[in-house]
Amino acid sequence: MRPAFFIKESLRSMRRNAVPSFAALASVLVTTLVLGVFIPVVQATNGAANDIRGKVLVDIDLTPSASPAEEARVKSELEHTRYVGRIELVSKQLGYEQERRLNPQAFALIGYNPLPDIFRVTPDSPDNAQALRAELDPTSPLGTRLISDPAIAAVQNRQGETNSILSATRVIKLTMALLAALLVLASVLLISNTIRLSLFARRREVEVMKLVGATDWFIRWPFVLEGLCLGALGGGAAIALLALAKVTLVDPLANTVKLISQPDMIAFPLLVVVLMGCAIAVSALGSGLSLRRFLKV
Amino acid sequence: MAPLSSTDTATHGRDATRRRRAPARASQGVGADPLPVKTPPAAGPSADTVIEFRGVSKLYGPGGVGLERATFSVNRQEFVFFVGSTGSGKSTLMRLLIKELEPTEGIIRVAGRSLAEIERKRVPYYRRNVGVVFQDFKLLPTRTVYDNIAYALQVTGASRRQIRAKLPDILRLTGLSTKLHNLPHQLSGGEQQRVAVARAFAGHPPLLLADEPTGNLDPETSIGIMQLLYRINRAGTTVLVATHDNAMVDRMRRRVIELRRGRIIRDEATGSYGPQDENTAELGARLRRGLL
Repeated sequence: MRPAFFIKESLRSMRRNAVPSFAALASVLVTTLVLGVFIPVVQATNGAANDIRGKVLVDIDLTPSASPAEEARVKSELEHTRYVGRIELVSKQLGYEQERRLNPQAFALIGYNPLPDIFRVTPDSPDNAQALRAELDPTSPLGTRLISDPAIAAVQNRQGETNSILSATRVIKLTMALLAALLVLASVLLISNTIRLSLFARRREVEVMKLVGATDWFIRWPFVLEGLCLGALGGGAAIALLALAKVTLVDPLANTVKLISQPDMIAFPLLVVVLMGCAIAVSALGSGLSLRRFLKV
Repeated sequence: MAPLSSTDTATHGRDATRRRRAPARASQGVGADPLPVKTPPAAGPSADTVIEFRGVSKLYGPGGVGLERATFSVNRQEFVFFVGSTGSGKSTLMRLLIKELEPTEGIIRVAGRSLAEIERKRVPYYRRNVGVVFQDFKLLPTRTVYDNIAYALQVTGASRRQIRAKLPDILRLTGLSTKLHNLPHQLSGGEQQRVAVARAFAGHPPLLLADEPTGNLDPETSIGIMQLLYRINRAGTTVLVATHDNAMVDRMRRRVIELRRGRIIRDEATGSYGPQDENTAELGARLRRGLL
């Protein structure tokens, strides 16, 4: 192994085969760019879908006059109810602040806090939301409400919306997973095809190298290094463009568009590492592996 | 594989001597099938045998015969021509020798070792002992003359200093000293072939194969290439040349193996074997006389 020689060879090769090298670099750049946009979009969409699924919950509104003792009693009753996953007390004040943040103008108009204390009960599974409601808020055969505790003012659960949320989010998650898989496949095929074309143009060169007694790895190393270098350049350029887009477009919107400010969205430095790693690995491996068929001389 | 020794310049086997004394029949026609071998090949390998083909056949699918039951041997420091028309099996024979192809049957031994025993990953090391020259030169188009020749040494792991020390001699031998920095497309056909010969000889291989080395060249340039191959042969390298240039073969007066449809139909010396002490200039003069 002679690193200096191989590096020199790969640099020379890139210089001498500028057009195929540029094509490989461009395909890496475009693919990385598309991936770089798509990964956060998939994540945000999935995050949003999960968020919506997580909101399949039952709100137990307490009466405005409910005392702390009554609150404790209702909580204890809830804890002993079937299908209950998590119980969270959203106090009047906390609920007010949360809602005001989402819709400040409306709350500024109201001018006071109209919200009751709420027990936000999450079902142990989103599919059990209806069953939980029936447990907490039994209705008579005539459809009238049978009050189970005097401190409970209302049990809120929107059946139709819950069902559509569950099916829509399932479809979105599946679609995004399929798109992500297709995009990754297309990226790998695009890059490896470009590399194969570039190698095909140089197959005679490889044949001659073999005939003068070069070992497979002696021929392969410069190609792998070239792939690595082109991958790094293409990936680097794509990341620079993504960073530019992030600073100029995404960041200013992050405060106003909820999807962009998903808390569980991939951090930009991690995205950079993932994209760079993928670009370099696919290019270098693609070069090394695509060469294999031309080495059979 | 142990490197082939190129230093033994002394004796040829008795069979080789017998072949040299055979009468001139280079231009003699070839009879109809079954194709007789006019001079039987050597009965068995001697200590000097570098190449031995024993019953070697190469079939390319149904009906495609590359080589059929070829049996012959070549001694150290011999200069042998393989002649025959296109498709006679000359190139197949060369490609078998560099292990670019595997025989369908038979045994090929080089320096006493069967090529079938060489594993695929060891083939490059074997090829470093065999210089090859092709009709279409097969130069690396993006490298200069110097780099093309140096590449043959780089693959063996030679350092830059070793290459710098070795190359001037080869460049002088091949008359390329003034073309160092030219790219192949800036050279004439003859010059490109010289580069190919220089590259093949750069590692001083004990065996040099040339497949139609003068096929694309004019007669005068061809003589220059033959002189070069002769000089390399005189330096101790066994040289095998595949060609369909019968006139050149006749004038060279070296051993000739003729192939037809994959079979050896003749294995003999041409004329009397050329004078062994003839220098390159004398050879050149003799070849040019033949042109007039």
